[in-house]
Amino acid sequence: MLSVQEVMETIRMVQQENLDIRTITMGISLRDCAHSDFKITGQKIYDKITGLAGNLVRTGEEIEREYGIPIVNKRISVTPVSIVAESCDTDDYTVFAGVLEKAAAEVGVNFIGGFSALVHKGFTRGDERLISSIPEALAVTERVCSSVNVATTKAGINMDAVYRMGTIIKKAAELTAGKDGLACAKLVVFANVPEDNPFMAGAFHGVGEPECVINVGVSGPGVVKNAVQKARGADFGTLSEIIKRTAFKITRMGELVGRAASTKLGIPFGIVDLSLAPTPAIGDSVADILENMGLERCGTHGTTAALALLNDAVKKGGAMASSYVGGLSGAFIPVSEDAGMIRAVEDGALSLEKLEAMTCVCSVGLDMIAVPGDTSAETISAIIADEAAIGVINQKTTAVRIIPAPGKKEGDYVEFGGLLGRAPVMPVNRHSAAEFVRRGGRIPAPIQSLRN
Amino acid sequence: MSGHQISNGNISGSRVIITVLGQDKVGIIAGVSTVLAENNVNILDISQTILKDIFTMVMVCDIEKCQEDFGTLKEKLEAKGRELGMQIQIQHEDVFQFMHRI
Repeated sequence: MLSVQEVMETIRMVQQENLDIRTITMGISLRDCAHSDFKITGQKIYDKITGLAGNLVRTGEEIEREYGIPIVNKRISVTPVSIVAESCDTDDYTVFAGVLEKAAAEVGVNFIGGFSALVHKGFTRGDERLISSIPEALAVTERVCSSVNVATTKAGINMDAVYRMGTIIKKAAELTAGKDGLACAKLVVFANVPEDNPFMAGAFHGVGEPECVINVGVSGPGVVKNAVQKARGADFGTLSEIIKRTAFKITRMGELVGRAASTKLGIPFGIVDLSLAPTPAIGDSVADILENMGLERCGTHGTTAALALLNDAVKKGGAMASSYVGGLSGAFIPVSEDAGMIRAVEDGALSLEKLEAMTCVCSVGLDMIAVPGDTSAETISAIIADEAAIGVINQKTTAVRIIPAPGKKEGDYVEFGGLLGRAPVMPVNRHSAAEFVRRGGRIPAPIQSLRN
Repeated sequence: MSGHQISNGNISGSRVIITVLGQDKVGIIAGVSTVLAENNVNILDISQTILKDIFTMVMVCDIEKCQEDFGTLKEKLEAKGRELGMQIQIQHEDVFQFMHRI
């Protein structure tokens, strides 16, 4: 029999500490939608998505009602469009972004991911066309998210793709200048991208995935923060233990919701992603957790160590709570989506350089960072190259979601609203990396890739 | 279908947990149990306590024979809660079992 205290602990986590399921993401393979006529491909994509995901939102709401746990987002990820569209007789893939948008609107999801390409070793024709279409595709749609994988530990870093993405990000920002460069908030450049990530904007349905699958992303920084707050003065072993126990409980909710959604929809359950995902809501911040460990402000000396402890303890606790763990599974440190991170930047405690260091010990990378509008494509490419190098050498996922906010300079703000939040414009190093970036070619795979 | 179910995590059970929170007063149990009886919900266990000055009642119930769907029962209980000035919630027991029992 459950005790009253146990029942109340669960209820408190939901009502007072923002425990929620961040996303139920349905992964859908579009590999059977390819056709030489792009109109037929588009129709097949639309029919398949609306056919499989028609009940996704309703089922999510049913689970929320029965279990009393909020499920913030219901989303869809699809096979990278570069693969599906490759045999089509068109050069402009914007049309497929339009199809995804329409399908997402029809089934009522707020984001659909998979306007993506995997180019860590080189471009196919489909990859080239997709990447060229990204700025326009993200400017004319609201729900479509795009990602490009430019590096893996096995392949090295495709520096041609890195440079290309620098220019694409600049163009995407310019096309949405009236909205502070909003298109860039829906575009992620990855190294070692996972194929089953349920979180946007980087979700897509990988080529090794089944026909259709349900992946779940949990949240709960507020719950961890309150647990850490109560452990003031405790030593690191105790602190780690407390975070592990809390992460276990949070993850169990993800496991339950994933199984319930899988059963109700008749679609296999893929993975639970253990990432601690903050939101702009007060009390739902990863920075707050770090500060409660004893740092005056997130970003000061000691932050990387605190984040390493947090991330590791979350994984240890979470891994025991779920039968299948996957996706990104690491603490997110987006600036615009975390009130504590924004405060740390405003107070001069958190810089781009410190964020880069923090990405060495957690996923996912430089996330939702606004930089001055006059930042060059070469500098953005160099930032991507640095992040990719961290991922490739450390055999982990890293990513860059950066917004060169048109017309904005250091100290200004970009406003995206909703889950994407607002961000202070952060300064970049003003010294050029252009000659380095323009060399072209690939940075070879590191020696640690030779494991066979 | 997926073969991922485990034996102690049956997610299709009919047991629910009803929690009632607020100021202690006369008629809370009577009010809540009347709604449950009217809807053919069987009460399996009740425990109550005062947590930080708040009256807290936890009921374990079986809704297998309940003629209403979950959403309607939930609305009826919430309406009773407003009438009593209490917060009443109904959730599948699995939520708590999953979090607190392995």
